[in-house]
Amino acid sequence: MINYTLPEFLVDRDRDRCIQCGVCVRQCANEVHFFAPDGASLRTDDAKCVNCQRCATLCPTHAISIRKNPNQLRESANWQPQLIREIYKQADTGGVLLSGMGNPQNYPVYWDKLLLNASQVTNPSIDPLREPMETRVMIGRKPDSLNFVCDAKTPREKCSINSPGSRLAEPLPPQLELKTPILFSAMSFGSISLNAQKSLAMAAQRLGTVFNCGEGGLHADLLPYAKNCVVQVASGRFGVYRDYLMNSAAIEIKVGQGAKPGIGGHLPGEKVNEEVSKTRRIPEGTDALSPAPHHDIYSIEDLRQLIFALKEATNYTKPVFVKIAAVHNAAAIASGTARAGADAIIIDGFRGGTGAAPTRVRDNVGIPVELALAVIDQRLRDEGIRHHVSLIATGSIRCSTDVVKAIALGADAVYIASAALISIGCHLCRNCYTGKCNWGIATQREDLTRRLNPEEMSLRAENLIHAWTHELTEIMGGMGINAIDSLRGNRLMLRGIGLSQKELDLLGVLHAGE
Amino acid sequence: MLKNSLREGSVRIPAGCAICGIIDRTGKRFSGDEIMKSIATMRERSNGLGGGFAAYGIYPQYQDFYALHVFYDSTEAKERTEAFLNTHFYIESSGRIPTVKVASVTSPPRIWRYFAKPDRNRLSESGLTEEEYVAQCVLRVNRQFDGAYIFSCGKNMGVFKGVGYPEEIGEFYQLHHYEAYLWTAHGRFPTNTPGWWGGAHPFALLDWTIVHNGEISSYDANRRYVEMFGYTCKLQTDTEVITYLYDLLVRKHGLDLETASKVLTAPLWEEIDRMTPEQQEKYKALRAVYAGALVTGPFSIILGFNGGMVALNDRLKLRALIAAEHGDRVYVASEESAIRVLCPTPDKVWAVEGGKPIIEWVRNDGLWPAIAKGSNHD
Repeated sequence: MINYTLPEFLVDRDRDRCIQCGVCVRQCANEVHFFAPDGASLRTDDAKCVNCQRCATLCPTHAISIRKNPNQLRESANWQPQLIREIYKQADTGGVLLSGMGNPQNYPVYWDKLLLNASQVTNPSIDPLREPMETRVMIGRKPDSLNFVCDAKTPREKCSINSPGSRLAEPLPPQLELKTPILFSAMSFGSISLNAQKSLAMAAQRLGTVFNCGEGGLHADLLPYAKNCVVQVASGRFGVYRDYLMNSAAIEIKVGQGAKPGIGGHLPGEKVNEEVSKTRRIPEGTDALSPAPHHDIYSIEDLRQLIFALKEATNYTKPVFVKIAAVHNAAAIASGTARAGADAIIIDGFRGGTGAAPTRVRDNVGIPVELALAVIDQRLRDEGIRHHVSLIATGSIRCSTDVVKAIALGADAVYIASAALISIGCHLCRNCYTGKCNWGIATQREDLTRRLNPEEMSLRAENLIHAWTHELTEIMGGMGINAIDSLRGNRLMLRGIGLSQKELDLLGVLHAGE
Repeated sequence: MLKNSLREGSVRIPAGCAICGIIDRTGKRFSGDEIMKSIATMRERSNGLGGGFAAYGIYPQYQDFYALHVFYDSTEAKERTEAFLNTHFYIESSGRIPTVKVASVTSPPRIWRYFAKPDRNRLSESGLTEEEYVAQCVLRVNRQFDGAYIFSCGKNMGVFKGVGYPEEIGEFYQLHHYEAYLWTAHGRFPTNTPGWWGGAHPFALLDWTIVHNGEISSYDANRRYVEMFGYTCKLQTDTEVITYLYDLLVRKHGLDLETASKVLTAPLWEEIDRMTPEQQEKYKALRAVYAGALVTGPFSIILGFNGGMVALNDRLKLRALIAAEHGDRVYVASEESAIRVLCPTPDKVWAVEGGKPIIEWVRNDGLWPAIAKGSNHD
């Protein structure tokens, strides 16, 4: 049968530069490059290329360049070439289209339509090199107010935080104390390699922040980093047992994921090797199915039961997070979640990454995190409960100004995953689900994963967060703010540009010039 | 005539300023001459677009009544407001606040004063504490009654303010006729051109008054925080939001003034890290729970209340604030000259440290603790 699908990319080799060293052949798990039968000249099979840039990056003479196939189907504004190619693909296979990484479609990115403020004259900017700049955050549930008590003789209005012997009438619920408001988001062992997880774990520990092991359990090699690990309890309950919960920094109930709201997960049995089997605590070779809903959560009151079951199991020593995908009714869902007892709510926007998601779901289900975050923050404030719970925004936080804008809209902190992976080599080729990641990240093939050296890569991830945190303090200083607390929900620091009145209202910001 | 769109409340208006305060810790009362002389020294720091005073202990004969000071733009506004006040309060006495013509003070509103107690039936039906009842009535008038603005509503204290240089406003109100144990004053340098008397400072709620110099950068974070607890920041000014923060923390949450001040100017995390484990636990909780009430950016404030005052500088000390002590008197001012003009040789003069509140109480005159915080609610 004719294959209607033409190569998406063409791989060009500059013959003058090529020294036939064969690096490209050895590096490409997709087998794009190969030696001709003569054993000397190099050939390419362009159709296999996913444009991951591994060969181009490692070629010692920079002889390789990859370009979009200029061959075009007849143009149509309605029948875009991608749609036609996808039909060919589905006609070939009869299957659901699969994709990796976040939604690449051309939807508005509200981060890029928000501008930041800076101080001039009436209020001095603060030099972060001279003055302290505080980025520490406390993630967890908070009461409305505090009550300090002294001995019985001292009247309450005379009992100060500094009175000798004064103490809190009630201890604070467990808090996750982080040096920077940037956390590494959930990526399971299975979806990414152990070396990739280890890189982030080591970086998180040195940075004073946390990583998240996703729903694949916590591999024994990561136990030294457990104090910096948010452990996930997702619908498959993989790898969940007492020590997993007790050793963690926090527990996260995953209800949904921005890349595929309403959809479960499926790790095929062939990928459940010995290590994965041990970590997920399931037999080798069995399919690991994460159902779409938790089979014990069919309502908000069920969620409350699971939250408190986990709190009971850990003696009320761990904050329990709930992660939800940004969907149309996000504000009401977040309100219910806060009232159900969650210590933090993670709101994952529709551009969030994934190892594998049905393309149609990834590209069409859910809403941008900027809007979801803004309306959730406002709803919780309208209900007078915003301060009870922490809000973590995620779903394509791409740079430090995205962080600043998220916090100014109302987030306590952000989770990053795609950006973290890019820091350790991901080139966003979006083929994670093939298991042939040439960068050693989204693969379990030993020859590929050993390309990732956790010591080296953890430095790169650490550098990234350092750089972003530094930029964050520079921008805060420019605004005259020297504590992240004063940026949180400070929407006067934002102005919209080129947005409709409706969008401005939803984001709760004024237009530039106002 | 100034456009309404440039009034406080329609836009956010940063302002530079001069502030000063004098307290006699024995509770001995003294005339407004001194504070006027002090604030006049700092004329350079104002621009004639706002001045005002707060005075405590001025109405001993009416000390059980809330003294409502009201600006009216029209007779009609006055009639409507009085109808409301008459149904919600028992008015013991009312009248114009005496003023004199001062050349530079132009187009003042009608300025009235009422000594009032909540209507007993309405108060008990409301289920509110007396203070909360008064606060809600005042906020309602200020929100809903066009052309009426209650700018002072505490017991045995009063705010006097307007558009002009503060010493001229003081003369306008004849403040040398009043005697108080605590005076604070404010000279304003706003960045708009307001012609609205309500926009001058101090800002007051019940017996809280605040004079403030600076522009806080945490404004919107603080505003959105207090609004969760039922406040509405109508004027969009720093002074308003800081007053509400103190009211929330002290009157509603029952924190003492020192702890409340530590919420506004929390110790740096690096300081907390060096504390004993016991102190660390308390301060971490304070910062976590009250993160939304942390105030950053430059400010110096003097908070007045029945029984004392608090002087507070931002954590980084980005605004000047000088304090001095002489016998029973304590002085605070934006500039030392404003103190020396009254008290050339104080016992002690010092720059107020960033984030370290100075809290001064009136001792032994029967005012404290009966009218300090917490006395009217539980």
